[in-house]
Amino acid sequence: MRLLLKNGRVIDPANGRDGAFDVLIEDGQITRVEPNLPAEGAEIFEVAKGWIVTPGLIDLHVHLREPGQEHKETVATGVASAVAGGFTAVACMPNTDPINDHAGITQFILKKAAEAQLAHVYPIGAVSLGSKGDQLAELGEQKAAGCVAFTDDGRPVATALLMRRALEYAGMLGVPIVNHCEDPSLKGDGVAHEGYYASALGLRGIPGVSESLMVERDVSLAELTNGHVHVAHMSARQSLRAVRAGKDRGVRVTCEVAPHHFTLTDAALEAPVKYDTNLKMNPPLREEADRDAMLAGIADGTVDLIATDHAPHHADEKMLEFDRAPFGIVGLETAVSIVFDKLVHAGRITLKRMVELLSVNPARVFGIPGGALTPGSAADLTVLAPDVRTTIRASALKSKSKNTPFDGWELRGSVAATIVGGRIVYRNAQ
Amino acid sequence: MTTRAADLPETVERAHPTPGAAARLRSRHLLGITGLEADEIILILDTAEAMKEIGGRAIKKVPTLRGRTVVNLFFEPSTRTRTSFEIAEKRLSADTLSIATATSSVTKGETLVDTVRNLEAMSPDMIVMRHASSGAPELLSRICRSTIINAGDGMHEHPTQALLDAFTIREHKRRLSGLKVAIVGDLLHSRVLRSNLRLLTTMGAEVWACGPATLMPAGIGRLGATATTSVDEAVEGADVVMLLRIQNERMHGHFIPSVREYFALFGMTPERVRRAKADVIVMHPGPMNRGVEIDSAVADAPYSVILEQVSNGVAVRMAVLYLLAGRDEGESE
Repeated sequence: MRLLLKNGRVIDPANGRDGAFDVLIEDGQITRVEPNLPAEGAEIFEVAKGWIVTPGLIDLHVHLREPGQEHKETVATGVASAVAGGFTAVACMPNTDPINDHAGITQFILKKAAEAQLAHVYPIGAVSLGSKGDQLAELGEQKAAGCVAFTDDGRPVATALLMRRALEYAGMLGVPIVNHCEDPSLKGDGVAHEGYYASALGLRGIPGVSESLMVERDVSLAELTNGHVHVAHMSARQSLRAVRAGKDRGVRVTCEVAPHHFTLTDAALEAPVKYDTNLKMNPPLREEADRDAMLAGIADGTVDLIATDHAPHHADEKMLEFDRAPFGIVGLETAVSIVFDKLVHAGRITLKRMVELLSVNPARVFGIPGGALTPGSAADLTVLAPDVRTTIRASALKSKSKNTPFDGWELRGSVAATIVGGRIVYRNAQ
Repeated sequence: MTTRAADLPETVERAHPTPGAAARLRSRHLLGITGLEADEIILILDTAEAMKEIGGRAIKKVPTLRGRTVVNLFFEPSTRTRTSFEIAEKRLSADTLSIATATSSVTKGETLVDTVRNLEAMSPDMIVMRHASSGAPELLSRICRSTIINAGDGMHEHPTQALLDAFTIREHKRRLSGLKVAIVGDLLHSRVLRSNLRLLTTMGAEVWACGPATLMPAGIGRLGATATTSVDEAVEGADVVMLLRIQNERMHGHFIPSVREYFALFGMTPERVRRAKADVIVMHPGPMNRGVEIDSAVADAPYSVILEQVSNGVAVRMAVLYLLAGRDEGESE
């Protein structure tokens, strides 16, 4: 099996490449990245003019819902959604039912992923048994089974003491602790960002500080333990400040931002559709100053990576009163177009930085394969079409759930093809 | 089908329409004061004047909504508002049905949307609803054929309360514009505050919102109020003082240390009322807690219009029902 990607512009920051290169793939591995490679019997993938070949995109924050909530998503539909969004690998959160706090569940997820044969799946295990915040889960065994990081996502790591122990223990294993940072007492039963719009709509507020307070705690604990904390779905400007301060003094802290948090604000709750439950997520859409801070952090490098927090929910579950509907939106199939349109074409970041945010840094932060087109590595690549205009259609999503606030958005920039292990697993029909 | 201009009692024709009143309401629902323009508010208040006259007759009934079915769907306990709507509906000859949570399907795990779709299958014309979730009427208005009237949703809006408050103020002051209105109490959780704030600022009144810092909504200035934690400052020179209920459960959420302290700092006493204008009126949407937000000496004083608010509620709700039903006719013609 030989595949030759002809005439593409290769952007491979890890190897310092940006230019016209052909990529030769043999038996699922990248073997040569050079200009003008001869076909020599290989199948040719003609990369159109203006398209870009990058190391496969990696999403570190995805909810695949299996086991237990297969009506929202399964591993199979989740990875189909991933490759349609340009992602060759995803890391999946442990808040399934049961919670992924044992090797058996990790093995089950990996078996489902192997059957689906689309994107690579890297399970993230629970920090504590049942994510209850009491007893540390068997992180060593979980790592041996395939977990690449640990989190109690959906909830914060409950106490400072548990976070300290988790950072120490995971540090020993060489993996990060991912935290959903949120002070539960300040969050209360809030459903929207605390501010003018929540007040106007009569929705209970969640202040940005409920997030940053725990980011500050975790930065201090990472400093104490020399562990690695990764801040999930950062949304508040105060959190960015805390991460920046931590990085400045050498603390092992990294962070991610989701596309909705650098695109939308809480103003969307009021118009065009009031109380749209597809705008309900946790952390909530925040105000303009926070959204702008996320944009600045992405541009200046404080933000390490973009992750979608892909959170599928069935339409019935979202067709409820705003305060009763579940938090979360799908994101795998809309991320690339949003990053192109709102970041690259808006002049905020370069294409190289885009590849760092979506591929190089995710691989580095979790220490997983990928992020580089190095001969000898697995042939996971994404072909991007920066100028192809696309209209997002919720009904056309490959994900089992269609809960996106971006339905009908017209964006410039799209995925052209996704290649995993040398196989073209997705090709954009447009 | 039943309501035509010719069918309307003479009295519904406004004897002296206020300049600037709209001819009809623009929306088929009443979801909040948000979305109503000043001319529509004037139309409702003018119409309510005519309706009030009906309530003063020996036979308090007109055939205006004969043949119309109105469902009062209350997912939250309410005595005053539900009774007021029921009386308004009966005075307009509508067929009415009231459903309270305890007897509905919601306790069996049915969703709000399904409950209302089932009701709609029986072809009601209007649904008057109260619900604990902000935005619930908005959700139903997107899927319902019936006209939705919001009788209070969570912490969001309670439009007929604000309209009856405005009606009562206008009866006493002959105007809304230029008045200083002090609203004192639990601002954070109050849908009455939000509806009143929108209505009064739309009509050109100056609203002062006063309460403990723990019960002050974020961004209240942008909502149109001048916010203060000083009762004296709020009441100083006010034409209207409106009190909001302090619910007992607020005592347990770090909001207020005690009833005693709340009354000492914010309770409306005759001494505090003295800072207002000599012809001040004091209002309360009820149910009131004597000795918490209001001293009995104020609640029962000559300047208290609390019971007038209750009577006016019926007239205002008749006006809303009438105007929304009449609007339907316009649509189908």
